[in-house]
Amino acid sequence: MPTLAKKTPSRPASRPGRPAPELIFGDLWPFDPAPETADPKLKPRYDLFIGGRFVVPQTGKYFDSINPANEKKLAEIALAGPADVDAAYAAAAKAAGPWARLPGRERAKYLFRLARLLQDRAREFAVAETLDGGKPIKESRDFDVPMAAAHFFYHAGWADKLEYLAPGRQVAPLGVVGQVIPWNFPLLMLAWKIAPALALGNTVVLKPAETTSITCLKFAEIIQEAGLPSGVVNFVTGAGDVGAAVVNHPVPAKIAFTGSTDVGKIIMRALAGTDKKLTLELGGKAANIVFDDAPLDQAVEGIVNGIFFNQGHVCCAGSRLLVHEPVADAVLAKLKRRLAVLKVGDPLDKNTDIGAINSAAQLQRIRELVAAGEAEGAELFQPACRLPEKGFYFRPTLFSGVSMSHRIAREEIFGPVLSILTFRTVEEAVEKANNTAYGLSAGVWTDKGSRTLKLSTELKAGVVWANTYNKFDPTSPFGGYKESGFGREGGRQGLLDYAKLT
Amino acid sequence: MLAKSSSAALRRLFDAVGPVDAVGIEERVAKYGTRSIKKNAKLWGLKTAVSMVDLTTLEGKDTPGKVASLCRKAVQPHDADLDVPRVAAVCVYPAMVRHARRALGTGTGVKIASVATAFPSGQAPLETRLAEVRAAVADGADEIDMVINRGAFLAGEFAAVQDEIAAVVEACGPAALKVILEVSELETYDNIRAASFLALQVIRPGDFIKTSTGKTSLNATLGNNQVMIDAIRDHYLDTGIAIGMKPAGGIRTAKQALTFLVAVKETLGDAWLTNTRYRFGASSLLNDLLRQLAKEKSGAYQAPYYFSEAAESY
Repeated sequence: MPTLAKKTPSRPASRPGRPAPELIFGDLWPFDPAPETADPKLKPRYDLFIGGRFVVPQTGKYFDSINPANEKKLAEIALAGPADVDAAYAAAAKAAGPWARLPGRERAKYLFRLARLLQDRAREFAVAETLDGGKPIKESRDFDVPMAAAHFFYHAGWADKLEYLAPGRQVAPLGVVGQVIPWNFPLLMLAWKIAPALALGNTVVLKPAETTSITCLKFAEIIQEAGLPSGVVNFVTGAGDVGAAVVNHPVPAKIAFTGSTDVGKIIMRALAGTDKKLTLELGGKAANIVFDDAPLDQAVEGIVNGIFFNQGHVCCAGSRLLVHEPVADAVLAKLKRRLAVLKVGDPLDKNTDIGAINSAAQLQRIRELVAAGEAEGAELFQPACRLPEKGFYFRPTLFSGVSMSHRIAREEIFGPVLSILTFRTVEEAVEKANNTAYGLSAGVWTDKGSRTLKLSTELKAGVVWANTYNKFDPTSPFGGYKESGFGREGGRQGLLDYAKLT
Repeated sequence: MLAKSSSAALRRLFDAVGPVDAVGIEERVAKYGTRSIKKNAKLWGLKTAVSMVDLTTLEGKDTPGKVASLCRKAVQPHDADLDVPRVAAVCVYPAMVRHARRALGTGTGVKIASVATAFPSGQAPLETRLAEVRAAVADGADEIDMVINRGAFLAGEFAAVQDEIAAVVEACGPAALKVILEVSELETYDNIRAASFLALQVIRPGDFIKTSTGKTSLNATLGNNQVMIDAIRDHYLDTGIAIGMKPAGGIRTAKQALTFLVAVKETLGDAWLTNTRYRFGASSLLNDLLRQLAKEKSGAYQAPYYFSEAAESY
């Protein structure tokens, strides 16, 4: 069919003396502010939640929780001391026997109740989550809160079917478990931790991150409303020293931690020589691999979703883009155009795509690593979007011309910063993708199914997404290789990590 | 030998334009629906949508009187105090073009578009189809909406499809052309993207590609609109030739129209937010836009019978 080739347009894209055609993403049709107005129903002060009651910390101290979007104080959070952690574990230990003896179908009723009550108050929780953590309301509304409820529903379904969890073996709860969660998905991580533990009949002492304790303590209200027996779930709040007290306490049979690899290593050292079980879900530096036969526009959407979802505060964020050389320029050009329409700003605005960085400390770390990227010679691109004057914000950032030895290709940035590398062969892509201390997740974009299957076995990552990114489901186990930790959350595998098999 | 077989040609065209991932594109367009358009943005969007409507009647029972009433609605969609723009065009069968021309006269700014080329099936000899185009233009049509030869496309005879489009371009003369892909008969997003490029490569700046005839079960959706505006964008960045887009059929509510406009804003940018580059092929949409505009003004919804009917919807 030679006619087709002849009919490719004769006009070259850039004619001499004229600029290349470009799209205009200007102010012809600006969106008016559309803030979510639901009342988050915050209390001025939150106490610890121990033995089914809110109790004043024995330290007598409180710390401020601020809104990262405007640096204003939201509430005071109790600072737990060692005595409070003791009290929490005592309450959990006291509740452990009766809770474990409760028939599975009865525990399921409580879990269903927690899920439904959370759904009932979804808007209120979404606003609270956004105020506390800085994530855009559309994410807390459409992802965090519904997904948290989904985890309770899923595990409620398991509670009366535990005899099928490990065929031929008896399943028993571990007893009391200590859990420490991070600040990027406060409510969702709480659900990931608590739901499987309770379904199996364990009781819990959980410490949320100090910058994002509010939805955890609001969830304590739901626990009270659901009539969950006292002591089954206990919350202690504070910074790293409280986390250390939770981890090092003699009572828990298992520690579950989600957070940074550095802290994960400290915990692993501390637990060495004890008989505590441990699961760790740590950092990542995921490779998102785009081949030349990929659906490029959808790949660009996936890349954007992979790195800018939740401001890049995602352990499985696709922070390294590995792009096949034949399409490298095309992908970069498409990415830059896509960034031009991302809206950065007030997290409570329903049209905001990228909200506030969680804390001043995290913003400082992102700035430092971006400066390192520039100093090491990578080429920086940021769209010219306006940022609010107050609050912690960072422009979505692309680094092209990154090499494997750059800090921005090796260290987890945990921010909206994408490092772009190229490759020529499939082997090179796999080698580069696996050349990291982490192994939490990866993405593969290709039209060729056989290549997807090959890479899914060769990539050393706990999750490999094919032609999509950042997809989660309660039924699907999630967890890492290497320094991204061990143990799985979600699915049958996640439940087994809270079970004693005999 | 191989190069002449249709499957090889298929592969080559599809390789050249790249694939579309159906799950990915539907995820992308779902995000347009979550944009919250309020206050001034809503007013601007509604008025712009009114100015983009191709007010359509394509019924076997159309009469000169009905077309005349459609034309009057097109020039003045509602009471003058609502301050709404004219619609972009009226869209009628070729036999109705001269009646539309008589009703509209000249200088109203409302264009006359005519479906031609044996609309909606396109199943007539090429000569007949071209003659229909010439007749409609001679009767006063400013724009011609043609259908592509879907049978040839599905058989892999791309050159035939493209040559026919090129022949219609020639027959149009000064009239602008809208190429209807009839997306529901192409079935896959990959096909829609490939067919878009077949048209884009031979039509002129100011011409359009259009989703559907409105005569099949599935018409314009955000998904196929997105595939086509992605193709328009890629073609523009590649060649500098700006082609317009017209989703048609199935867009009945103001909310839908605003969502389509968000897709345009975020994919093609500001230069396409005008009726020279974006149109809605619709009839019942107009009154819903007017009703929303009236609500923005008075604060209350008026009953549908406060808005004059111009044509039955398809």
